[in-house]
Amino acid sequence: MVQLPRDNNQTDRLRAPVIRIGAWQWLKSNLFNGVFNSVVTILVCIFLYKIIPPFVRWAFIDSLWLSTADQCRAGDGACWSIIPANIRFIIFGFYPYELHWRPTVAMIMLISLLFYSKNRNHWNTSLGYIWIAGLLIMGILMRGGIWGLTAVESDQWGGLPLTLMLSVFGMFAAYPLGILLALGRRSKMPAIKTLCILYIELIRGVPLISLLFMSAVLFPLFLPAGLTVNKIIRAQAAIILFTAAYIAEVVRGGLQAISRGQYEAAESLGLNYVQKMRLVVLPQALKIVIPPTVGILISAFKDTSLVVIIALYDILKTTRSVLGNPSWMGFSPEAYIFVALIYFVCCYAMSNYSRRLERELHS
Amino acid sequence: MKLMKLLLIITIVLLSGVGFAGQTVDNVKAKGFVQAGANGDLFGFGKPDEKGIWRGLDVDTGRAIAAAVFGDASKIKFIPLTAVQRFTALQSGEIDVLCRNATQTLGRDSELGLDFAQVNYYDGQGFLVPKKMKLKNAKQLDGATVCVLPGTTTELNVADYFRVNKMKMKPVVIENNAELAKAFFAGRCDVLTSDASQLAGIRAVAPKPDDYVILPDIISKEPLAPAVRHGDNQWKDIVNYSVLAMIEAEELGITSKNVDEMLKSANPAVQRFLGVAPGNGKALGLNEKWAYNIIKQVGNYGEVFERNVGKNTPLKLERGLNALWKNGGLMYSPPFR
Repeated sequence: MVQLPRDNNQTDRLRAPVIRIGAWQWLKSNLFNGVFNSVVTILVCIFLYKIIPPFVRWAFIDSLWLSTADQCRAGDGACWSIIPANIRFIIFGFYPYELHWRPTVAMIMLISLLFYSKNRNHWNTSLGYIWIAGLLIMGILMRGGIWGLTAVESDQWGGLPLTLMLSVFGMFAAYPLGILLALGRRSKMPAIKTLCILYIELIRGVPLISLLFMSAVLFPLFLPAGLTVNKIIRAQAAIILFTAAYIAEVVRGGLQAISRGQYEAAESLGLNYVQKMRLVVLPQALKIVIPPTVGILISAFKDTSLVVIIALYDILKTTRSVLGNPSWMGFSPEAYIFVALIYFVCCYAMSNYSRRLERELHS
Repeated sequence: MKLMKLLLIITIVLLSGVGFAGQTVDNVKAKGFVQAGANGDLFGFGKPDEKGIWRGLDVDTGRAIAAAVFGDASKIKFIPLTAVQRFTALQSGEIDVLCRNATQTLGRDSELGLDFAQVNYYDGQGFLVPKKMKLKNAKQLDGATVCVLPGTTTELNVADYFRVNKMKMKPVVIENNAELAKAFFAGRCDVLTSDASQLAGIRAVAPKPDDYVILPDIISKEPLAPAVRHGDNQWKDIVNYSVLAMIEAEELGITSKNVDEMLKSANPAVQRFLGVAPGNGKALGLNEKWAYNIIKQVGNYGEVFERNVGKNTPLKLERGLNALWKNGGLMYSPPFR
């Protein structure tokens, strides 16, 4: 072995390291590292190649956006024209055509209120008043009858306002009710405890559809002859009662997760039951159960579409109704994709917000 | 179980206690509008258009009732009802009249506590087949796969028909009319069965309508009629004669366009009908102009038929059984005197 003379420029003679970055290397180490993965990658690529270009051609290149149904039938692509041609019925249902600005304004108000309430800095008493005032104005806008607005009976409400109303009111009313039920179920008073258990288990023991049927078909028969309760209110009540039972169980999980020490500490401070729950236990418990609660709220939002079975025209039903029109029959993929997008936007916003809330509360 | 039994007993007690003898028309007049149940999904019979305005033969029948009672065809509110809800809604008093393509049957007329008025559409179940199958009639359908809506009399009728004729069938049940049609056009079944009024509409939206034919066989009777609660005879008479007035007007040659000229007609039948010679209105407890208002605002039966399901609509239905008796159909009105 010949001892190489060491010089000061040794680093110059070292070979450059093999570059392990770049697209090719990434592919090699992630998608083609081994026979199995390579085969899977190739299969997936073939699958995507078969699916995506035809879909893009159908949905975008060959598609028609503002045509008549007959032109659509002549073409090969997607017929998005079904949406603009029927958009007002899809969104507003039976609401009188020339009064559509009213539900539009009400929906914008509702959405801006929700956006405003997103920020936790705005959570104070005045927000409560803003909501009450907002809901009152929205109710007046939808229903009319005063200030020179034409009265519109609630059985003419439909489409997106109905979906939003059923879900927003369903969630807001079910949440406190669910908390009360959860507290009741953990109560030491036997009567309250039994009642709450009975309620929760009875409601959770039947599907929402059967509750809706009961509210629509059975309930009117119990009322004295001539007295009828509005169909929407009956459905709304069924949704609230149903969602509350599920929220109760989720909240109970949160209550059980709080250690005994917290309860005892609160008691040793001399707090009474209400103070103990409001100041110490519930804030911690509700924070823990944000993810499952949002899960329930999202599924409650989607469950509002079940009101079709009692012939309420929510946005899914108005869309299906359009598809029953002979001239637009057969363009169901386009219409369903549109409704799916609306549902997705709402649900994604909810889950996104819940993650933000979790982050903020944990810090 | 005890709870369920209790609920059942309460239901029965309440049901038996429901009696509205002779008060519907007063209720309706006090409310200021007729509350009607409609289909909501059936094009040509009861369905909102793209502006959310109700259109259809059943809906126009309802408007005729409103015109008769109030002299204003717009004083009616429709609520969409499902097949399950429709009779409960009537029994519970939620609606005053059901204009929702309900087939009149003995059971519904008696046990369910309903009364059916004059039939406003005679329907029947038929078959739609691809032309390339070269079928002459439904007897040749042995072994066919049949597309049919579940839970309807349609499904039962077709099963009966195949059994009686000792043929085999493979049913393909799909919940929704539009999807059913799609499955048929995609070749998932050999034959599609539904009410004849629907088959024409389904054929019209086929990718190539000429590739399909409707077989001549009609395998069931489906007399569709508006329904009211049993036991309220005055209200039933009003509903009944509102439908009959449209039929009688067609027979007398009175249309929404010439009705004002017809007021001067010398024909005593026309004079009685339009209330120029009074009597009919008083007999029914209505304004003497009631029939005039129906024809002026809604039209006679022929006009209503052509407007909703006739040749210029996507359904393109022939009059067939629904022609006047003079033209070989079943539409026949007793004399208006």
